[in-house]
Amino acid sequence: MKSIRSFFSELTHYPSAFVGLVMIILLFTFSIYTVFALPYNDAISLWRGDENVWYKTPKTAQPAWVNWFLKDDLPETFSFSSADGDGVKTEEYSNETNKIFISFPFEYNSKDFPQEVSIYFTSEFVQKEPFVSVKVITPDGREIKVGSFTVGRTHTYRFSQDQKLQRRLQGNTPEKGIFMLLPSDTEQLTAVPGQYELQIEAVAFEENSTVDAELIIFGKVYGWAGTDHRRRDIGIALMWGAPIALTFGLLTALGTTVTTMIIAAFGTWYGGWVDEVIQRITEVNLVLPFLSILIMVGTFYSKSLWVMLLCVIALSIFGGAIKGFRAVFLQIKEAPYVEAARAYGASNMRIIMQYLVPRIIPLLIPQLVILIPSNVFLEASLTLVGLGDPVLPTWGKLIYDGVRNGALVQGQYYWVLEPAFILLITGLSFAMVGFSMDRIFNPRLRGV
Amino acid sequence: MAESTLQSPVPVVAKKKSSESAVLRVGKYMAVRLLTMAFTVVVGLYLTILIANMGGYVDEIRRGEIRENIQQAVMNDQSLRNLTGDQKLKLIEERVSNEEERLGLNRPFAIRSVAFLKDAITLNLGFAEFMNADNGSRSVRIIVLERLPSTLVLFGTTNIILFFVTLFWALTLSRHYGSWLDRFIVATSPMSAAPGWFYGIFLIVFFAAYLKVLPFGGMVDVPPPDNRIEYGLSLLKHMLLPTLAIAMNQLTFAIYNNRTFFLIYSSEDYVEMAKAKGLTSREVERKYILRPTLPTNITNFAFLLIGVWGGAPIFEGVFNWPGLGRTTLVAAGLFDTPVIVGTTVIFAYLLAMTVFLLDFVYALVDPRVKIGNEGSN
Repeated sequence: MKSIRSFFSELTHYPSAFVGLVMIILLFTFSIYTVFALPYNDAISLWRGDENVWYKTPKTAQPAWVNWFLKDDLPETFSFSSADGDGVKTEEYSNETNKIFISFPFEYNSKDFPQEVSIYFTSEFVQKEPFVSVKVITPDGREIKVGSFTVGRTHTYRFSQDQKLQRRLQGNTPEKGIFMLLPSDTEQLTAVPGQYELQIEAVAFEENSTVDAELIIFGKVYGWAGTDHRRRDIGIALMWGAPIALTFGLLTALGTTVTTMIIAAFGTWYGGWVDEVIQRITEVNLVLPFLSILIMVGTFYSKSLWVMLLCVIALSIFGGAIKGFRAVFLQIKEAPYVEAARAYGASNMRIIMQYLVPRIIPLLIPQLVILIPSNVFLEASLTLVGLGDPVLPTWGKLIYDGVRNGALVQGQYYWVLEPAFILLITGLSFAMVGFSMDRIFNPRLRGV
Repeated sequence: MAESTLQSPVPVVAKKKSSESAVLRVGKYMAVRLLTMAFTVVVGLYLTILIANMGGYVDEIRRGEIRENIQQAVMNDQSLRNLTGDQKLKLIEERVSNEEERLGLNRPFAIRSVAFLKDAITLNLGFAEFMNADNGSRSVRIIVLERLPSTLVLFGTTNIILFFVTLFWALTLSRHYGSWLDRFIVATSPMSAAPGWFYGIFLIVFFAAYLKVLPFGGMVDVPPPDNRIEYGLSLLKHMLLPTLAIAMNQLTFAIYNNRTFFLIYSSEDYVEMAKAKGLTSREVERKYILRPTLPTNITNFAFLLIGVWGGAPIFEGVFNWPGLGRTTLVAAGLFDTPVIVGTTVIFAYLLAMTVFLLDFVYALVDPRVKIGNEGSN
């Protein structure tokens, strides 16, 4: 107990260790918060959700906080649904036709154009599909006829895919054409902020037939983390990446160092052929190409994170660390108290577990802490190689998706840099603590 | 913090007569190491085969190879030209089953695995399922060996630069202990926690995507320049970012490590003695600090190199470097089993050669090998 307190008081002499420790505590808090705030099953079903789950979010939108650094704010996403009571909806039934009028007045206050505009229609009818026509009234009083078409039970109308509309807007893409000044001022490529109104007139041919519409104006920013190419909120993977990375890093580091240490202890204690065999295995292990074997296992058998975890441990047990432990154990083995234990007849097992192993724990802890970040990065590396767990949202997965889908080439830096920064912070905080611990515990490094 | 040696050379040369020349001793030491290393590689390859064959994949490679050879033979055989397609197919099937029986593909795995081992050792790696070499060949050996030079150019150059920069920088720092540069190195040494590819992404974002001064990846411009000098310059330009990425990952940590060793050694009594004798600080450094720490440095460097080799697939993937590592990645993506196994075998060889080469340098600089063991007794 006393030694732990003195260790912590010594640790505060190293500012980098202190900063690292604080960051580690924050990371753990963040992970625990994530697990409770967004339970695993919800996160997975959201992350694996397709366009039906994520139809309301823009594609590869930057995080909302980029607007703090921009002179002209990028537009945010907003949506109106007549079924939920947004806008004005009137119905008028006469002559076996039901005339429905939906109006969505909205304030557009960005100088940049929206990414996309879509209307999702739902309708109820028995036989004959309702017919709708859509128009937009701009702040400068123009009335733009968008289109007329019949709608099935569900119908998605994307402005950008309507070639006729594009022709009517003098070849401008609809997202731009509707929101910019026309036509004299073609030089100016900024949107006009102000009060817009989208009007939908629908004619249904049955008494109880009705039409509802949901208008979504996709912006260019979303949430605190942005979205990816499948419109998913990157925030989910950023949050869930933390507990996964910490678990993977901790378990592999713990599994590896503890096993390695025990094997080294047995080897040095029994000596002879046991030691010799361990040494030879270490040498063979040195020649085994680590990542290639993991790639082999991943392609042939399973990409599950837990299988990978076991493989990583199995391949690292006989790593270089075993020699370091061995050197220390060889010294401890000759210590008088070990001889005393042998004299009073302690069993081999007892000497190894109670006399040798405890002495090496001060050396083991820094090693363990330093191993954690390399394993956290290993998880990301495996994902980048395409061996990521197919189910889990992780930081590595974000980087992989980003690089794969040209985020770097197309300037969507947030997509790759956000997970990279979190990885960096995680890695650095553990490494800073580990390096300082090494200097505290390792007498040879004292004062150097 | 790997302070240990790859393998303690002492027991190997324990009983040598002092009359033997240093060259002979180094030679003997290397011969013994070569034998151990050969044994190690064989065991390593055998393990690789075991892992690969857990699902019968090596069998499939062998069967595919047999079929390919027989098909070629039947199609090219002039005397069989007049047979119909069906007859040819039947003939092929017959010969394949004969060949499989002859090679013992129906025997138990324990026996067959020895045959696989022989193939792996002789680099008889079979045929790729989907990938091609640049000359169109589907032989895995050609695909893999064709990619080897690019990998060696990148990692060889980078690591040699890194080794010398580290050594001399660390030596300078140990002289200026406590200076701001020294403290900077100590503070930034935890950067080694992140792998090279990780810094690579930041570098690509900054230099390639944002500043647009360096290429995103690849090895030379497209199309490759005809002129030799231009080709070299283009290669250098493409190597800049990968080298920088490896340096960000390893440099400060390696310097920190070496400097710490130098500091520990520079407080030894014999160093004080040398200083008292009035030797210049250069001489003290060279003969009394660098010399005794060199074996340890080389061992540390070996571990560093092995780490870098291990990360090659992903590193080359990020930088789109057309080397062996990226071939592994592409093969994994295409599920091209023979190529995956083939690259793994080659990587095992590469690692063994690295260890052996460094052992050789080790033997050259470690006085215990050259003088024999009398000194330490």
